[in-house]
Amino acid sequence: MINPILILDMFLLLLVAATAIAVITVRSLLSATVLAGIYSLLMALVWTNMHALDVAFTEAAVGAGISTILLLGALVLTKRFANREAAIHPPALAICLVTGALLIYGTFDMPTFGDPNAPIHQYRVPEMLDQEVGKHPSAAPREQGHAHAGHPQDDFNGHVPNTVTSLLAAYRSYDTMFETTVIFVAGISLLLLLRRRREGEDGVPASSAEQRGEPREGSQP
Amino acid sequence: MSDAPKSASPAPSGPDAGAQMSQQTLIRVVAKMTIPFILAFGFYVILHGELGPGGGFQGGVILAAAFILYGLVFGADELRRRIPPPFIDACMALGALFYAGVGLASLLAGGNFLDYGMLAPEHAGDMEAKGMSLVEYGVGLTVASVMVTIYLMISERRSTLRPGEKAQGL
Amino acid sequence: MEVLGYFNYWLAIVIMMIGFYGVIARRNLLKQAIALGLFQTGVFLFYVTMGVYRAEDGTPGVAPIWTDAAKTGPFDNPLPHVLMLTAIVVSVSTLAVAVAIIVSIQRKYGTIEEDEILAANKRDDS
Repeated sequence: MINPILILDMFLLLLVAATAIAVITVRSLLSATVLAGIYSLLMALVWTNMHALDVAFTEAAVGAGISTILLLGALVLTKRFANREAAIHPPALAICLVTGALLIYGTFDMPTFGDPNAPIHQYRVPEMLDQEVGKHPSAAPREQGHAHAGHPQDDFNGHVPNTVTSLLAAYRSYDTMFETTVIFVAGISLLLLLRRRREGEDGVPASSAEQRGEPREGSQP
Repeated sequence: MSDAPKSASPAPSGPDAGAQMSQQTLIRVVAKMTIPFILAFGFYVILHGELGPGGGFQGGVILAAAFILYGLVFGADELRRRIPPPFIDACMALGALFYAGVGLASLLAGGNFLDYGMLAPEHAGDMEAKGMSLVEYGVGLTVASVMVTIYLMISERRSTLRPGEKAQGL
Repeated sequence: MEVLGYFNYWLAIVIMMIGFYGVIARRNLLKQAIALGLFQTGVFLFYVTMGVYRAEDGTPGVAPIWTDAAKTGPFDNPLPHVLMLTAIVVSVSTLAVAVAIIVSIQRKYGTIEEDEILAANKRDDS
């Protein structure tokens, strides 16, 4: 029996693959940026079709929003057209085909789409999804920390309605903490790399690139 | 609105691009009308992260989108004037610090790191939900500040400061 | 039918290989950064596909959110969603740092094409 999600899923994924090929083929970087935004929105539709609502939300906000403006800013500061290149690069294509074939050979052992007997649906998470919402009796007054004798081992701290947020903030809270640190480090790296330097400091050349006879940023056609 | 019909001219270019965009009446008015709603929606997404799709990351990006819209329409320098860049720097760090601080408070209260229930042991179940909300606020603050920083950093027109020019920070 | 059961995995691999080709065959640095993002999206597709659940009697799984404190129908597995949420945000962070480095390269070399940068380096070394 065919899974009804699959019909819309196949159509959307073929569109996604076509957009991906367009992104790497087109020569104008502005077109590549806009196509990348379209790609992110199509992926958000794919996630919504597969009932992954938080992922769709994040992909639409981050992929179609922030990533597009980031690339547009990069375009303004660099140039708008890539150099002319050969359409197909045979050695690279051969490597990609061989790698793809090996990976596809590896997927023959995977469970099919939506298989209820897949290993991922057998272990910890179904116990979590069977918990009660709201105040749980095992989370009653306690003097010691979470994992101690007398505390049920299957309490995942996840008693809020959105299971994804409860997993993110309680079961995998270490991951989320270090992810926040990664975002913070990315912000700091941007400050360090793109901060305006005062001329005359070590290694900072004179302001007008015309004096040096070099191409100015953003001046390429 | 005392704007001349020059807002109907072709696309602005050159060093006055930012100023001309803010003279386009339609863009300016629509931006002013929609920015409060975007901010309110961003806060809504962060606060209701536990009851529906949403959470810290999504809400933080939406909050940043409101500020970036202001910067696009009125100019990045205007945005720097409204929100001092040292404040955005501080918010970046405070979000991550807040997250780790909640974990540390749980450690000091006698539980494991990031064991939210120990912050209020007599209502451990409620406190776990509240701890998760607090942590999402920290994440939202950091994500919003970093996205605004990204926009401010890539919207600079010059890469060096001329002699005599004052650094505006960020 | 096996093809339909594995369609998502194969498309994920196709998207990964398109991104991979973009990274190794294109010479423009900005193109390479965008293609790396495509590669990462293929990986996300692979993971989230594994989390889809459909009960044996054909009832489709619903989004893993409890509504009205009641569980309505079989849920999709939320664990891949959680992991991929983190991965999406990390991918945009790396894109931001990559773009900052590319802008710095443009300021220093005047170009963002790989072969011209390598030629300039060789000129400076000799």
